Amino acid sequence: MHKFAYYAPQTVKEAARILSKNGPNSKLLAGGTDLLVQIKEHVKGPAPDYVVSVKNIRELHDVKFSARAGLTIGAGATISETLATKGVQEHFPAIADGTAIIGSLQIQNIATIGGNLCNAAPSADSAPPLIAYGATALIAGPRATRTVALEDFFTGPGKTVLKPGELLVSIHVPTPPARSGCQYVRHTPRAQMDIAMVGVASFITLDRKGRVADARIVLGAVAPTPIRARQAEDSLRGQEPTADALRAAGDIAAREESPIGDVRGSAGYRRYMTSVLVQRTAQAALKQAMR
Amino acid sequence: MNEEGNKPGQSPEEETMDTRSTAVTRRQFLIGAGAGLVVGAAATAGLQALQPAKPVEQAKPAPPVQQPAQPAPATAIVEPVSGAKLVKLNVNGLDYSLAIEPQTTLIEVLKRDLGLTGTKLGCNGSMCSACTVLVDGVAQNSCSLLAIRESGKKIVTVEGLEQGGKLHPVQEAFWTQMGYQCGFCTPGQIMRAVELLNKTKNPTDAQIMAHMSGNMCKCGAYPNILKAVQAAAKQMA
Ligand code: FES
Ligand code: FES
Repeated sequence: MHKFAYYAPQTVKEAARILSKNGPNSKLLAGGTDLLVQIKEHVKGPAPDYVVSVKNIRELHDVKFSARAGLTIGAGATISETLATKGVQEHFPAIADGTAIIGSLQIQNIATIGGNLCNAAPSADSAPPLIAYGATALIAGPRATRTVALEDFFTGPGKTVLKPGELLVSIHVPTPPARSGCQYVRHTPRAQMDIAMVGVASFITLDRKGRVADARIVLGAVAPTPIRARQAEDSLRGQEPTADALRAAGDIAAREESPIGDVRGSAGYRRYMTSVLVQRTAQAALKQAMR
Repeated sequence: MNEEGNKPGQSPEEETMDTRSTAVTRRQFLIGAGAGLVVGAAATAGLQALQPAKPVEQAKPAPPVQQPAQPAPATAIVEPVSGAKLVKLNVNGLDYSLAIEPQTTLIEVLKRDLGLTGTKLGCNGSMCSACTVLVDGVAQNSCSLLAIRESGKKIVTVEGLEQGGKLHPVQEAFWTQMGYQCGFCTPGQIMRAVELLNKTKNPTDAQIMAHMSGNMCKCGAYPNILKAVQAAAKQMA
């Protein structure tokens, strides 16, 4: 592998300082399941000369949940650690939908949700459910911290709002309100170890009368970044969630995306599957909401 | 994850690992490898381990020694590590102090520096799990771990399963059930199955298949792999 110097800072501040000192020549290393492949195969530009490990930064590994405060996932926590945290599977089933399918169990033992987000693949499976739950990202730089909505975190394939010297500290997800539900489904040519052709997360909250109070529909792998299907969401708000309403929402969502065609599926097929998956995930979300 | 799938053949790294000439003595090999020197029990290692001139191999297996948890240094490390750094690993019950460069993966240390060639390098990119080993009891892809990040950990490879000349029940079962064709994925499959059966007694078929799903078998020996894990589960119940 390409030779690099290795930093193991113990605080977020220090990591930010190291990153800003070394500029684009430095890369943050969390689980490494993406970064090490990128270094070995020289994809995504030249290999970095400095690698900054987050392993010794304690605060990045915490996963905390309380019904009141919601869920906070440290950017360095592994997928397995996150899923094993009490309350996660129960209150945020779609996070489990989106992360328990990332790679193999071996990968989930190493890989982090923070890394999946920062790698910013349009197909990243953790992004749509987190965005659908209304997650925010806490970002630290050498001098200050800031918070951005996760839906604004991505700017293009492999690109995020992180500026040189900044790093993702944690993801915060509010506890979903009563009468709400959320599901994420991805469609892939094969069942295991694959990358999404289309991924859809639907979050629905019902009012007391059973009409849609709020809806957030997030599409993955069908645009340069994960996107909200806002017109589809609007079409549902205030409506009875009938099969017809969901079908219409699915068709609207399919028109809001800009998919590519590749080895996993043509653009047309992606659009078709988007419509199907919006209906399926919205149905499942409704079921949870009516429990 | 890599979009293109596996490359035909192996990486150059792997070739140098496995096709090394037998004319090279183990001692020369250890010196030549430079990065990793096998040194006796932790206490004697010190910085000498960084001197490539004096490799010492531990003669007989020491009982597994629990590594004391590394106390966190009071001040943060601001300087980068470039060049070799002393790393302590317990591999199959033996303590090693090794001089390892930051870019070295765990599988490189196991195969190249320790001569434990049982672990196989397939994709070198977290896709096939042929390189699965146990790290503190958890199955991980050794091609995707930087060795210096695993300091103080207990590693078990396929060579470490046999006890007193007796195969581990999972090894035995893969043998009797023919849980392989070419055998390349087998060490990884076995380590993965060992992890499962250490944690779960009498797993269901669905549990076995879910647990083993990240381990690719290019020969498609999956039905017999399932039979082998079922048989081992019976033995270990
Ligand atoms: S060699 Fe394929 S996952 Fe490590
Ligand atoms: S036995 Fe050949 S790859 Fe599995």
